[in-house]
Amino acid sequence: MNRFAALLDRLAYEPSRLGKLRLMTDYFRQVGDPDRGFGLAALTGALSFRLAKPALIRMLIYERVDPVLFDLSYDFVGDLSETVALLWPGKADETAAPPPGLAEVIETLESASKLDLPRVLARLLDALDETGRWALLKLITGALRVGVSARLAKQAVAELGGYSANDIEDLWHGLAPPYLDLFAWLEGREARPDPADPARFCPAMLAHAVTEKELAALTPADFAAEWKWDGIRVQAAVGRGPRGKIIRLYSRTGEEISAAFPDLVDGLGRAASESFSLDGELLIVRDGRVQAFGVLQQRLNRKQVTAALLSDFPAHIRAYDLLALDGEDLRALPFAERRQKLEAFVAAARVERLDLSPEIAFASWDFLAAARHDPASAGADWAAIEGVMLKRRDSIYVPGRPKGLWYKWKRDPFAVDAVLMYAQRGHGKRSSFYSDFTFGVWRAATGGDELVPVGKAYFGFTDAELRLLDRYVRNHTTNRFGPVREVAYGKDEGLVLEIAFEGLNRSSRHKSGVAMRFPRINRIRWDKPAREADRLETLERLIIA
Amino acid sequence: MQAGLLTLKPAGLYCAAGDFFIDPLRPVGRAIITHAHADHARAGHAQVLATAETLALMAVRYGENFAGATQSVAYGETLGIGGVAVSFHPAGHVLGSAQIQLERGGARTVISGDYKREADPTCARFTPLVCDTFISEATFGLPVFRHAKTAAEIDKLLASQRLFPERTHLVGVYALGKAQRVIALLRAAGYDRPVYIHGALEKITAYYQEAGIALGDVRRATGAGDLPGELVLCPPTALNDLWSRKFAEPLTAFASGWTRVRAHARQRGIELPLVISDHADWDGLCATIQETNCETLLVTHGEPDALVHCFRQRGLNAEPLHILGYGDEEADAPPETGA
Repeated sequence: MNRFAALLDRLAYEPSRLGKLRLMTDYFRQVGDPDRGFGLAALTGALSFRLAKPALIRMLIYERVDPVLFDLSYDFVGDLSETVALLWPGKADETAAPPPGLAEVIETLESASKLDLPRVLARLLDALDETGRWALLKLITGALRVGVSARLAKQAVAELGGYSANDIEDLWHGLAPPYLDLFAWLEGREARPDPADPARFCPAMLAHAVTEKELAALTPADFAAEWKWDGIRVQAAVGRGPRGKIIRLYSRTGEEISAAFPDLVDGLGRAASESFSLDGELLIVRDGRVQAFGVLQQRLNRKQVTAALLSDFPAHIRAYDLLALDGEDLRALPFAERRQKLEAFVAAARVERLDLSPEIAFASWDFLAAARHDPASAGADWAAIEGVMLKRRDSIYVPGRPKGLWYKWKRDPFAVDAVLMYAQRGHGKRSSFYSDFTFGVWRAATGGDELVPVGKAYFGFTDAELRLLDRYVRNHTTNRFGPVREVAYGKDEGLVLEIAFEGLNRSSRHKSGVAMRFPRINRIRWDKPAREADRLETLERLIIA
Repeated sequence: MQAGLLTLKPAGLYCAAGDFFIDPLRPVGRAIITHAHADHARAGHAQVLATAETLALMAVRYGENFAGATQSVAYGETLGIGGVAVSFHPAGHVLGSAQIQLERGGARTVISGDYKREADPTCARFTPLVCDTFISEATFGLPVFRHAKTAAEIDKLLASQRLFPERTHLVGVYALGKAQRVIALLRAAGYDRPVYIHGALEKITAYYQEAGIALGDVRRATGAGDLPGELVLCPPTALNDLWSRKFAEPLTAFASGWTRVRAHARQRGIELPLVISDHADWDGLCATIQETNCETLLVTHGEPDALVHCFRQRGLNAEPLHILGYGDEEADAPPETGA
């Protein structure tokens, strides 16, 4: 466990992608089976033991540390695992038995019943040092957060044998921890494992952002245009395995999300074809209208998939691309050909929850710019549109983000000048800095104008700006409410923040009646007097429906 | 607010009986200074009372005319000021740092200043005092702060230097105290190569050497080349400056108690965190408060709430004492003060 904990600790500090790769490859080279295989499973999120809820970890620490001291510490550190790792009473005898290895830890956790878990976890924590405890708690809460994607970990392991991440991806869903066959192949000791998964994940093709200026250099006729739908990008894979039909739904990064969408899995199972792989956007559709991302988010936020949830938030796939059909890999075909096959497939499938992402006919960039600016008047189902996509008609389907093939041309963000009202300490990388900022705009009230909070932003600024903001908060605090500080604001004092955001919804949960989508701090307006910040009426004019 | 013999005024802690301030935040008539870090020792007072080392360090930093008049006091010496017996005692924080003890009519108040309990080869070791009212700092006043063994942190630095012999190891240190302590700790670990320092550390390091603290071969980094594999000490703010880029693939370390919390080190872009602190950790704070046998505890800058909670449970009259302006180490005098 110690070697793996040390790897996680180093990864957490290592800023560069190359450095992270080198640290991981070095770990896979130096550590033996089966520990390194479990390490790979942990980094790719492929472990299957029962996760401990934060509530369980809190219970364990409350039995050992004064709850008030714990709460104050947690507020400062901002990370549950790290707080508990630091506060857990250490071993009195440092020469006691050596700490357990990663494989042993994982076997212990896998075999623990729900009833046993608190006792088993406490015993493991007793046996580890601070870094070991931190790593174990990260593992068991399912949130490593060391800046490593499953893809990067796969690339690191691929480098053992001079292969690429895609080579691993092709095999991945047929493999299981501790991956003895994979390591044996990578180290040239055995033949390549058989990629027999009939419903495997194909790494997604992604687009580059583009500006109007860059478009001028491109020829409109070379491209097909579609709306950019604001849902979650998914891949639906269906195939026949030894024990019957397999239907899987993957996220963009290859995580399986089928369990959260039984309604979609059911629908896809009734498609005419027995074997296909589809790229598309998961959206909520009510009465034939696509709903805004905020609505989808309400479904994503639920832990339990209830019947009410399924009927109130019907999930839907809007298809972008067809990657495989009836055992044939289509990814090497040009987009225009795949599109034809996709149209035929969707028409033949007759699945109520599946439709086609429509193409936008256009002859010039100006025409497309106008449609992007106002999707509704271009006849689109506009509530979940965040711009347009451009795909070269001759582009094959390349995993990753290849240059020059696909572009996303997002709608311009909205911007508003608001006044800083409250600040709270952040979490993760920003813990112990005041980094979550609540801001408000002016509205008329009985005693004259007042500021009303309209949103909260915790990014958009640089690390250097964060330190300035943190200092500003500390030096202008007028009130403290636990972890929250109120700062000085009014007509004659206060800090103005330029807030960029993607859209605005009406909200009954907020005092102001509006909720911003994706707000971030665009600029700190040290120069602008608070009295000149925007008014609520300005925001209300932007509300969608 | 009343704190033993003291009241809290906008300029800081004030003793009416003796008509003096302790570590005032703005120019006053008479100031008693615990130690020379910029957030405690400011220029422009009419009279300053401090240890000889603190006065000398203030002169290094602010120039000879930093105060109208100065008076130096030795550790253990007692002065009578307006019927108050004032004495200075080692605080173990940096060279010259002192706790201030005030006594009048049998009632005793101690102001800790910044302090640590761990031995430090560059300054006198903390002396425990007994008092009725104790005013303690709380920079690391949370139980998550349990400093590592300092020698092990120095080993970590030297191990990294062996592992990456092609990279310059830049170590962020506060200019007063931490820089000299890290050099002394390196020497104690048997490191005998030259140690390079940023120009901003030079004057204070030279003063430590004049004061008889052996630091070995210390050289200025500027103009010395890109120094692959060498140790270069600099103010924390210089780690991300253009200045740092002239070195060979610099690897950034930071010697501070704050690095105990990962997010702090990551936020600063630190690759090698070294938990070396000149402040008492949680255990050190608790043990010290216990040893004073005080009835009233006032907790100033840093994180007072946990200590207040803890000692109220133990039956003390404990309160936070919010003095703005201390411990904001990088506010106006970036490199200097002390975590």
